Amino acid sequence: MGELSLPGIDYGALLPMLILFGAACLGILVEVFTPRRSRNGIQLTLAFLALAASFVAVIVQHSTRKITIGGAVAVDGPTVFLQGALLVLGAVSLMLIGERSIERGGPFVSQAAITVGSQKDVKQANDQPGMTEVYPLTIFAIGGMMLFVAANDLLTMFVALEVFSLPLYLLCALARRRRLLSQEAALKYFLLGSYASAFFLFGVALVYGFSGGISLSAVHDAVANPQRSQILLYAGLAMIAIGLLFKAALAPFHVWTPDVYQGAPTPITALMAACTKVAAFGALLRILYVAFDGVRWDFQPVLGAIAALTMLVGAILAVTQTDMKRLLAYSSVANAGYLLVGVLALNEEGLSSTMFYLVAYGFSVLAAFGIVTLVRDADGEATHLARWAGLGRKSPLFAATFTFILLAFAGIPLTSGFTSKFAVFGAAVEGGQTWLVIFGVITSMLLAFPYLRVVVMLWLSEPSETTPTVSIPGFLTSAALVIGVAATIALGVVPAPLIDLTRDAAQFVR
Amino acid sequence: MEQTVEYAPATGALSGIWLLVAIPLVSAAILLLLGKRADKWGHWLGVLAVAASFVLGLIFFFSLRGLEAEQRSAELSLWDFIAVGNLHVDFGLLFDPLAGVFVLLITGVGSLIHLYAVGYMEHDEGRRKFFAYFNLFVAAMLLLVLGNNYVMLYFGWEGVGLASYLLISFWYTRPSAATAGKKAFLMNRVGDAGLAIGIFVMFATLGTTQYDEVFGNVSALSSTTVLILGLLLLLGAAGKSGQWPLHAWLPDAMEGPTPVSALIHAATMVTAGVYLIARSNAIFTANTVLQTVVVSVGALTLLIGCIIGAAKDDIKRVLAWSTVSQIGYMFLGVGLGGGAYALAIIHLLAHGFFKANMFLGAGSVMHGMHDQVDIRRFGGLRKYMRWTWLTFMMGWLAIIGIPPLSGYFSKEPIIAAAFERGDWTSWLYGMAALLGAGLTAFYMTRLFVLTFHGPERYTEDNKHPHESPFIMTVPLMLLALGSIGAGWLMSTSVPGWLEPVFGAEEAHHEAVLPHSLISILGIVVSVLGAGLAWAMFRRGTALEPQPAGVVVTAARRNLYTDAINEAVFERPGIYLTRALVFLDNRGIDGLVNGIAAGIGGSSGRLRRLQTGFVRSYALSMLTGAVVVVGAFLAIQLGWLA
Repeated sequence: MGELSLPGIDYGALLPMLILFGAACLGILVEVFTPRRSRNGIQLTLAFLALAASFVAVIVQHSTRKITIGGAVAVDGPTVFLQGALLVLGAVSLMLIGERSIERGGPFVSQAAITVGSQKDVKQANDQPGMTEVYPLTIFAIGGMMLFVAANDLLTMFVALEVFSLPLYLLCALARRRRLLSQEAALKYFLLGSYASAFFLFGVALVYGFSGGISLSAVHDAVANPQRSQILLYAGLAMIAIGLLFKAALAPFHVWTPDVYQGAPTPITALMAACTKVAAFGALLRILYVAFDGVRWDFQPVLGAIAALTMLVGAILAVTQTDMKRLLAYSSVANAGYLLVGVLALNEEGLSSTMFYLVAYGFSVLAAFGIVTLVRDADGEATHLARWAGLGRKSPLFAATFTFILLAFAGIPLTSGFTSKFAVFGAAVEGGQTWLVIFGVITSMLLAFPYLRVVVMLWLSEPSETTPTVSIPGFLTSAALVIGVAATIALGVVPAPLIDLTRDAAQFVR
Repeated sequence: MEQTVEYAPATGALSGIWLLVAIPLVSAAILLLLGKRADKWGHWLGVLAVAASFVLGLIFFFSLRGLEAEQRSAELSLWDFIAVGNLHVDFGLLFDPLAGVFVLLITGVGSLIHLYAVGYMEHDEGRRKFFAYFNLFVAAMLLLVLGNNYVMLYFGWEGVGLASYLLISFWYTRPSAATAGKKAFLMNRVGDAGLAIGIFVMFATLGTTQYDEVFGNVSALSSTTVLILGLLLLLGAAGKSGQWPLHAWLPDAMEGPTPVSALIHAATMVTAGVYLIARSNAIFTANTVLQTVVVSVGALTLLIGCIIGAAKDDIKRVLAWSTVSQIGYMFLGVGLGGGAYALAIIHLLAHGFFKANMFLGAGSVMHGMHDQVDIRRFGGLRKYMRWTWLTFMMGWLAIIGIPPLSGYFSKEPIIAAAFERGDWTSWLYGMAALLGAGLTAFYMTRLFVLTFHGPERYTEDNKHPHESPFIMTVPLMLLALGSIGAGWLMSTSVPGWLEPVFGAEEAHHEAVLPHSLISILGIVVSVLGAGLAWAMFRRGTALEPQPAGVVVTAARRNLYTDAINEAVFERPGIYLTRALVFLDNRGIDGLVNGIAAGIGGSSGRLRRLQTGFVRSYALSMLTGAVVVVGAFLAIQLGWLA
């Protein structure tokens, strides 16, 4: 037995994550010890305070560049930037999650197991406020994501993956309306997510077999100087990639996306579309740029093919969607393709532009789903496209906002959609991936069709009697919408400050 | 002829020249945004805005005068307007002697016409909107003359085009007004396209659109480039100024309210073409072919305008054709080059006064006669409208060139300059100008006599003509004063004032006729024309069109220019559109729809893979995983790549 020494731990660098995990545990205690009536307010406040405190801690750490707890966590430029982005986007998602004024009890049911339509269900709908466990669950998920983008060894990364996935599986099942659809979605997400996690874990095992270590730097060294069969390396890389591609919703591992996005409560869908994407791409960037950059010429074409397939599948399938949430899901798939194009630039520009894209897209997609929560009829959200026809006549402000967000998705100049696409495509051209850029531009054109079709329906159709109403958003949803739209404009008109920030942050430590 | 152009930066009071444009623009915005809330006082805000610009214009003008002659310019760069690659366009203004006189004309005459319009539009529901558009026009026109590069000029150019369109069709419920607005807009587009391409050429060959840099480098261009550039600018100028072959819109533009006709379609906007050529004098002087083209366009148009004007019976149309003709004189002047640039500008300014005067007078007549415009239905109005009669007379005497009124001092030198062109063309252009003067005297006298003298020929509902209120006659009086004195005042001061812009007057060619003889000939021709008209129409005229000879019939039909436009442009245009629509439907749409159907079809088919069963999702993921792992291994084993 050799000497067992404790690894050095820099608590300051870990503080942002520690705050979140601590606040989430505290939230569970709150659930136990506070009266039901005041619970929602306390939980919401606690969650916002936790995010704010964590954000402050991130800001304080902004110049930290180190690897700590025995190589498990790396705090460097991308970590700090992406953690900050996760916190901000998470806070906006939390605004949507915390909205209680649109529907009594909010979008979450307190006891999902009660049979729909039963007496108990009616009683629950009338008497009980919504479930408040969603707040600690959300904070756990965001904490896990923050660890995910900071993980510097493969096992920590796996643990973080599970830490943020499990709360999400649960959250997906909690929709008040269309409960069975929601539960089905959660189960699908859980099964397929476990399946993907298994791939990831198997990949970790193979890579460990190849390199004899699990830290990313050990893998990097082994790749540079291989001691064992490279079959282990390539099979392992492929499987690790599959695990991450699943979370990022890249074809052909995107199949869960439309079903889960549609079934999950819309605020949770927003959280997944904005934050899960940041986390998944953060980890993917770290794995590819830090551990496997020695074989970049080998994975570039394979992942390039995946990016092309993703853009194509997302764009083509978006064309015939008839449900707003599914349409946005396929749009999210296609956007994952554009993000991968940025990743595959494999240069500093690629890193910074991908991070910019993540933030820009996150804000827009949060605003989009925020609007989806407002279009309602007696049965809850009316997500079928046909129901949206003529809404521009009834609610011009709402329709104009949504039109603006759709134009941003379509990449019209003066929106963040344009600047972010421009940035990743520019990086990819510089990185020699022109063919992907051509693909990207063509699919953006395809993708403009479903967006504009919605715009046309909003404005040029006559509203019918069944056209749903647009609910007056409460304070939290209004704030989320304002933030999302303002960021979409600001990043389109004056993107320079954020681009500079991503450039300063675009350096991993190894 | 190397020419270095440098503009001094704006200092002191002159650094506020942006206010000239900003004040009317803000006023227009306020009037449009406040909507009905501003109905009660909106017109006064409009008047005040232009008057404020006028006062500021005077201040700037005199501070410019206070400078040394060589430094009389003030360039103010506000911000970088367009910066793409090598193209840098300033949002910059330039206040120099040329811009100065234009600013005074636009805001001075503009203020009077705004004031007049308060009375004229009193019973119109859209008065606030009218003043908003009117202010918008003034702002755009000031931007046009104050820009320090061609892009700024184009900005203002399009702005006045827009305001002109809005105001011509101001009474948009009348089909004729709506059509006239569209006609003006479309014909202007033809000219504007020329100007735009001209600016592109400038950027392509010189890499800049700033006035100083363009004018300084013209000598480096080949003469063909200069010719092309100049012709494109001329196309733009002809479109805006209603010169042949793009003149047909201007008379129709009289469908707008009369103050609009006075300000936009007589005094200011339509002279923008003259401004463009005068401003670009470095380009036009650099190529003699170009100058000949400009002179020919001017001479041709001035005759066309006179001939058609003599055959029209609508008081505003006659004045409109007269405008076409007078701008022809100005084109003649700027085409002659050298010292004639200044002469054209003087005529432009003088014309601004007397034509605005007469248009407003016509408006006053219409005001008192229930919007009757047919001069065959007037007669003897001098008894009922003393002030209108008197002021109109000043305008009439001024335009036909009777000394000492302003037209004599502004038009006669242009005629003389035409005779001094140097070769046989002196005779051609000189005689055209002289003939034009005679015809002008004829048709203007016809208009004047039929309106104010002779027997009364009113329609039944018009038995009691009355004079207009003071708010309308006061501007008339002031403009009449301008018609009387402005010519003499300017002919002595303006050429020297404009010297920094046009350069010192060059030595003239030998005149084919002595100057004094031309002067006398001009007066004689005018008096002959006027006398003939007086003799013919002093007893009134028939109330219906009479059968007439070839010339008069042709003139009544606008010398068939509308028919020519229709045959040469409209019909081929229609056929071209039809052909393109056919191509578009069958060829391009077929392709596009085919692709769209293909994508839609594949989308529909792919959707079926999304079954909703976890097992099939897992299968597709497994397939994907096998392919990805396989691909990696294949690469590793060297099977791929």
